Parts: sequence; C-alpha cells; structure tokens
Amino acid sequence: MDLKQFLANLSNAPGISGLEREVSEKIVSAWQELADEVNVDTLGNVIAWKKGKDSKQPPIMVAAHQDEIGFLVSEIDKEGFIRLEPIGGIDPRLLPGQEVVIWGKERVIGIVGARPPHLQKPEEKEKAIPLDKIFVDCGEKKEKLQKKIKVGDPVTFNQELEWFNENICTGKSLDDRAGVAALHQALIELKDLKPEFDVAFVATVQEEVGIRGAITSSFAIKPGIGIAVDVGFAQRPGQEKEHSIEANKGPALGIGPHVHPDILARLQKISGENDIPTQFEPSPHPGGTDAYAIQMSRNGVATALLSIPLANMHSPLEVIDIRDVRRTGKLIAQFCIQADVELVEGLTCL
Amino acid sequence: MLIKELTQVPGIAGREGQVRKFIKEQLSSEPLDLSLDSMGNMYARHTVGETPLVMLASHMDEVGFMVMGFDPSGLLKFAPVGGIDLRVVVGKKVHVGEEKALGIVGAKPIHLQKPRERNKPFSRQELFIDIGASSEEEAKRKVKIGDQITFATKTEFISERVMKGKAFDDRAGCTAIIEILKSKPPVNLCGAFTVQEEVGLRGAGVAAHNVKPNLAIVLEGTTASDVPETPEHRYSTSMGHGPAITLMDRSFLANQNLNQRVIELAEKQGIKYQMRRTNIGGTDAGRIHLVEEGIPTIGLSLPCRYIHSPVSLLNIDDLKNMIDLVKAILKDIAEGGFPLGKTY
Repeated sequence: MDLKQFLANLSNAPGISGLEREVSEKIVSAWQELADEVNVDTLGNVIAWKKGKDSKQPPIMVAAHQDEIGFLVSEIDKEGFIRLEPIGGIDPRLLPGQEVVIWGKERVIGIVGARPPHLQKPEEKEKAIPLDKIFVDCGEKKEKLQKKIKVGDPVTFNQELEWFNENICTGKSLDDRAGVAALHQALIELKDLKPEFDVAFVATVQEEVGIRGAITSSFAIKPGIGIAVDVGFAQRPGQEKEHSIEANKGPALGIGPHVHPDILARLQKISGENDIPTQFEPSPHPGGTDAYAIQMSRNGVATALLSIPLANMHSPLEVIDIRDVRRTGKLIAQFCIQADVELVEGLTCL
Repeated sequence: MLIKELTQVPGIAGREGQVRKFIKEQLSSEPLDLSLDSMGNMYARHTVGETPLVMLASHMDEVGFMVMGFDPSGLLKFAPVGGIDLRVVVGKKVHVGEEKALGIVGAKPIHLQKPRERNKPFSRQELFIDIGASSEEEAKRKVKIGDQITFATKTEFISERVMKGKAFDDRAGCTAIIEILKSKPPVNLCGAFTVQEEVGLRGAGVAAHNVKPNLAIVLEGTTASDVPETPEHRYSTSMGHGPAITLMDRSFLANQNLNQRVIELAEKQGIKYQMRRTNIGGTDAGRIHLVEEGIPTIGLSLPCRYIHSPVSLLNIDDLKNMIDLVKAILKDIAEGGFPLGKTY
C-alpha cells in the first residue's frame, strides 16, 4: 500500500492505549503483503518478520507504537452529558470547542461544550478550564444515548488526516502512526532484498501509558539490536531550540543513555553514504519511548532512537512532513541491509 | 440542505460577499426584488399590494479572525473579529482567505510545559496559525494580510434532530428568511440580510432606515445555556424548546403588546416557544427599534448551544418552529389581527 494512504488509514482509525485493535487490523493487512510472517501477541503488539540470510543470529527489532492518547467515557449524566477520563498526557486547554468521537456500538460525534463569551465574567477568561469542568454534548438525552454508548467506551478526537500541500499533513495520532508508517516504508524498501539477520518490525501497544507493549514484544523477539522510531518536537516559535528538531531535515538520531554509540555511529555513516539527511536529538533522560524498554530487555539490547519531527504533539492537529517519514524508512532499510556480524560482535567487545 | 451549505460559507464582519452571493443564488429564481446598499446589506422585497410592510432581519456575518502578520517561520499571526474566547481556538482547523486554505491553530506540546503554565490559557503571543508553509515567502504566496479566517467546521447531524456546525449565529436566521420568502406570505415583506452585526450591530440600522418597515422581526441565533457548569436559573434559553421570544437584552427592551400577540399566536397554532430569559448580548433589534422615530420590533432567537465557538449545536425542530411562528405572525398581520400602529 502507498505510504500516504497507509498513514491516512492509520491516523483516521481509533486506537487509544489498550484498545488498539482497529489500528492493528489495518497494519496486519498491509504488512501481510510485505513481510514473511505477521503475528499479533498477547498484549496486541503486531510483529512482522522479514527473514534474513542467517536466522540463527539474534534479530533486529524495529519498533514504533500504534496507540494514541485519548479518553474513556467516565460518566453519562441524566441529561446525557458525558464526562471524560484521559488516557495518556493531554492538555485540557485543547478541549473546549473540540469535536470528539465516542466509539460505542455506533460511532457517535460529541462536542466539548465551550461557554459563550457573553456568559463569562472577565476574570474567567484568565483561567484555563480544568478537566473536571469539561463535558461532552452529543445532542441527545441519556435514554437514547445509552443504546449506542456506555461508560468505558473509547473517545478520540474527530479529525481526518488532511494535506496542506504535497508533503505536509495534519491529523490526530501521527504520534506515533508516522513512526509505524516509517516501518511500512522500510518494509517496502526491503521487499526484494534479504538482510543479514531476521528483522522484526513491531507496532507496539500501550506506549502512551508506560511503554508496556515494548516490554513484552522485546522479551519474545530476543533482539540483538533494537531501533525505536518515535516523534520529536518540531521547532515552533516560543519553544526552546535545544528541545526541538527541524521539520524536513530528516529523522533525528537520538543521543543519550538509551542509545548505543556504535549503533548511532553506524546510522550516521549510512546517512552520509546514502544522502539521507539526519539531525541530532540529545536527550539526557532516557525515558518516554520504546527504546527505554527494549534496551533493558533480558540481558540487555543495543538500542537507537529515530525521531520524526512533529509539531503540536499530543494535540488533535499534529503536523508532519511525509519526506521525513520516507527518509526514516530508507535509513532503517539500509541499516538492516548493512548490519552484520562485525557490528554485533563489536557491541560486547571489551 | 440549505442550512448546511449556508453555514459552511465563510463570511466574517465586513467580508460577507460570499454569503451574500450564496443567498442571492437561492433567491434569484423567485419573484423578488433584490437590491444591495453601500454597506453590503442585501434586501429581498416581496410585494403583494396594500398591506403593512414587515422587515425580517438576520445577519450574514459570523465571528472569525483576520490575518495580522507573518512569522519568519511561515506561521501567521491573527486577531479575532467579533467576540471569541481565545481559549476555544487552540487545536482547531480554520480556513484562511477566500480560497479557504487549510490552517490550524497549533499549541506548545504538554511535554514542554511547566505545570503552572497549564492553569493559564494560551496567551495571544503564543498562538499562531500554521498553513503548512515553511517560510514567510511561501506563506505570503498563499495568503495576505487582512485575509479572513473562519473555523473549518463541517455541518452535520450528530443525532436525529441536532446538528453541529459553525455560524448558526446567524445563518440559521438567514435560512429562516429564505424559507419564509419562498413561501410567498400574504404581506409586503422585505428580507434584510445585514452585515457587521458581530462587531457592534453596524449594518441593521442602515437597513431599517432604507426599508422603513411598519414592523421589524429580528431572527437571531442565541445562547442556549442549558448545559453543565451553568446553574439552571442562568439558562438564557434551552435547546429544543422552540424559538425564544426576547424580553430584553443589553440593547433592546421588547414591546410587551407585540410579544403578547406573538405568544397568543404560538399557543393558538400549537407552536413550541420559550421566553429568552437573560439580559446578556445584543442583537440587530437594538439598532432597528431606534431608527427614525422608532420602529416596532420583535426579537426571535434560535437557541444554539456553544455559539461563538468552533462548533455549536442547533435543534432542527427549533428552526422549523421559528419559521412557522413567523409565518403565523405574517398571516395575522395580513388579516389585520396584529396590534400595529397602536402598540403602547
């Protein structure tokens, strides 16, 4: 499947942490065309195997998370107004005037009520509205609404992926469906090629609530090398430069405790030799991505982190440049082709 | 569906051209006399003979924004046109300019915020519109300073009777006037589609002066505040309870004799109605009733939840009841039942 179409399908599908099934199904059906074998494990991680020349060597694991931030319905009051429980880190200031979808027995659109300015005292406008004052209106009374939705149903932002131009798009859950799309691109690049080792492409679950899917999938895969693909903060005015990377400058190579220097060096070398632009993303704290869990799996894994520049992270309108996704896929594919015994043995050479 | 299309046309105060064009297309095949004044108000006159002249007024403009400048990164600076709480704009899609270029209002990621930042709304300095341009030059090729910006909200039903959309205030009123004009009521009627209501009721006075009606009926979208976090005694109107007859607002005290007759007609015909119970906000009635020596004026409002935000709700039965009520008033005037001329 074409990369842009794959990304749109994934971005538009609902898949909050723990309830990723609709997204998983789309990934499985696309990857069955490209991989040698596709499985879904106990937690819901999608694992696609690309067989290498030597299956006795520990495989390479490439992971991007498929879950998104969102909410659960926590209450339906007697008038039919709904209250929300967040899943993952969401700024409540994004919510007033927002449209959401409640994925019950039927797809129900609700809107987050916003008090008209006419009804507000001037001092109200100086305060952010906290989550416990936020409610969703579906334009229907409780009796009718309960036939379609119930407490516990997942809620996502009502956004369809849309393109500003040929390269730049906006949509929900591009964190980290853009990463999953980069894996898809790598699978396309590797279609008629055979890497040295087996490669497991993993769309992990429950990253946003504590990097949980990466824990079990890396245990099962027993990788020698792990590459996590996630998103990084694209530069915007008012944002500290050292915490930001730049759009359309290629994936950012993570530098920090969660990145093995040899893997980083190899990625840099491949980037230079293949004219794939890359940039750096230093992070002194190793948390927040699948690389964190993969590195600590079993007897330890040499990991790297690739970050795709993304603006407005954890908002309904995240922005990416598809060229960065494509470059990330190419870099992964080249890495898989070039990873050899020499690299692996060097990792534990004292 | 007329209201669906009409709400999706962009038109902030002073930029009502596309709305006017759309309404004109709706009415051009009807036997009406269409005209325009220098402020942009459009009139559709329906003449039947020797009857009083009634003016129906609704405003075409909606709340929105204007492009104020460019950031070197290609992002746009903007400012509201009309009353918008800036807290509702973050994380929303907008349309920029006549060609409706896609834009979004971005926000600093939660990961980069300090906890105390989250208690305060985003400041105007922090808000930008992103149109996917990578430089100031690229942005300037797509939009220009002064371009209008409107919310990019799709109008659609979210339940059997309730629609979501933007600009129900006051395209719902415009829809009602179009439907009423098409029904060819038995009185002389002028549909006035006014401009610049949202920036100070600026078009309606000129319109009333031009039309000089014997009676004006202002059809508006108003706040329905029958929602959580608002105490019941502060409900201005309730959605689904019919059109609201205005008692008073900040700009207008309604004539009780006229209102009394409207109530009698509604009850006689079994048309659902309610009273608009708070004194907040202002409407075109505030201008019209003070024109020349004073014009008898009635204010009817459609209860919409969350107006002046990216997405509001309208119960379609309320719109139908409003149209029916206005038709009943017009019929009553034709039959001489309405207390015109001796209103006090």
